[in-house]
Amino acid sequence: MAGPVGTRPAPGGDLPEHPDRLWRNPEPKASYDVIVVGGGGHGLATAYYLAKNHGITNVAVLERGWLAGGNMARNTTIIRSNYLWDESAGIYEHSLKLWESLEQELDYPILFSQRGVLNLAHSLQDVRDSVRRVHANRLNGVDAEWLTPAQVREVCPIVNISPDVRYPVHGATYQPRAGIAKHDYVAWGYARAADALGVDLIQHCEVQGLQISNGRVTGVHTDLGTIGAGKVALSAAGHTSVVAAGAGIDLPLQSHPLQALVSELLEPVHPTVVMSNAVHVYVSQAHKGELVMGAGIDTWNGYGQRGAFHIIERQMSAALELFPVFARAHVLRTWGGIVDVTPDASPIVGLAPVENLYLNCGWGTGGFKATPGVGWCYAHTVAHGEPHPLNAPFSLERFVTGALVDEHGAAAVAH
Amino acid sequence: MMLIPCPWCGPRDESEFHYGGQAGVAYPADPAALSDEEWAKYLFFRDNPKGPFRERWSHSAGCRRWFSLVRDTVTNEVLS
Ligand SMILES: Cc1cc2nc3c(=O)[nH]c(=O)nc-3n(C[C@H](O)[C@H](O)[C@H](O)COP(=O)(O)OP(=O)(O)OC[C@H]3O[C@@H](n4cnc5c(N)ncnc54)[C@H](O)[C@@H]3O)c2cc1C
Ligand SMILES: [Zn+2]
Repeated sequence: MAGPVGTRPAPGGDLPEHPDRLWRNPEPKASYDVIVVGGGGHGLATAYYLAKNHGITNVAVLERGWLAGGNMARNTTIIRSNYLWDESAGIYEHSLKLWESLEQELDYPILFSQRGVLNLAHSLQDVRDSVRRVHANRLNGVDAEWLTPAQVREVCPIVNISPDVRYPVHGATYQPRAGIAKHDYVAWGYARAADALGVDLIQHCEVQGLQISNGRVTGVHTDLGTIGAGKVALSAAGHTSVVAAGAGIDLPLQSHPLQALVSELLEPVHPTVVMSNAVHVYVSQAHKGELVMGAGIDTWNGYGQRGAFHIIERQMSAALELFPVFARAHVLRTWGGIVDVTPDASPIVGLAPVENLYLNCGWGTGGFKATPGVGWCYAHTVAHGEPHPLNAPFSLERFVTGALVDEHGAAAVAH
Repeated sequence: MMLIPCPWCGPRDESEFHYGGQAGVAYPADPAALSDEEWAKYLFFRDNPKGPFRERWSHSAGCRRWFSLVRDTVTNEVLS
């Protein structure tokens, strides 16, 4: 029976039921075995693998905003493992293998699409460095090919390979297993799976200080009060320096805005991912159809999640040089995240100078692709109190010993 | 986009400048005397505050001079 007019839905206004919540929103307990600071992809994946791989379920993820409101859902979602050095190949390739079965693992759609990545070479030096990287990748079991300009055109017909431009395409490295995924779904998938294993995901809870006694961390001070912790695992990306400074820990990090943009929805025109460090833009086409573009950081330190417009202008002119067909596309939206950059363009994952405190930071412009891999390795590090072999080279001590993992070439700012 | 006050040319568009990071980081008087930790601190560690930050800028597309200013890293307001 229809009720009085005022309570009946408007014509055409029958909305479907609100979908089920993907996770609980519990009140924080007095203490946890492990507190993960930061509910981005890395924090959520770490909590999931702590529970799944190590049976540690008395875990809370504390997030000052909403889950994945930081870089996790602001990135351009490029996933690849074709870095130069063995250390990097180890962790990024481990991650890529996990991506390949992540949808089944989480029982949640993540739209992982292995459409390949082209890293373009525009100078003789680029060509030499790229060919070297292809060989290094192959030795590490990472799929990699060197393509001529004509082969580049076969993979991505809209790339301009004319020799008649300022920075002609001399070829490209190609990693066929690289691709993109839908970043917010990845976060939700991990959140849902971690929650199901008993992890408390606590949003709008900012860590304002670390409770330390006798050189070991025993809890965190938050705007919801002090919460005790057996171990504290930082995963606060661009804000890591701020959290660590509260414990008197200096880190070799600088926080910068990194911007990205999308066009309106277009017909499928771009079948792969194209990155160019020299002309400096990276472009893919999202599942819905928008062109997704990013480039380098704003040079200055910043926590404001917005950058300067000339950065956007430059990446668009770079995109136009590579893809003349984009000339009529419109920018729909631009935004920024805050990325924490290290001197060698590699992350810091491991032990901290304070006992029971762990560091995962410095992923800069390129940590989305590492989400499953770092979650896996960092959970191991936290559970065992010592680094997983794959993140052991990424210690804080390397800045003293000099054993840097210099990925500026393969990462540049365009990770 | 920031308007950066060059002490010599006045407020100019950000794109004319080159960023130099934290101000007041002096080259060690006797580098050879430093421990590895101290050398690492000098080479790799810089402050990264959320809020006022004293930093170097060079007006590279203008008078080409270096100067320091204090900027709030959240609002980009130039404080002095
Ligand atoms: C525009 C842009 C494009 C990018 N493109 C790519 C790409 O194509 N491929 C790629 O691999 N990587 C890319 N990245 C990098 C990638 O997004 C990051 O390296 C990665 O997301 C970092 O890990 P995270 O997901 O855990 O970070 P975040 O999602 O930033 O998580 C950190 C969380 O910690 C929270 N937090 C901070 N301080 C506190 C506190 N005191 N208390 C509680 N919570 C706190 C934050 O609110 C945030 O949610 C890009 C980044 C940006 C900004
Ligand atoms: Zn000047």
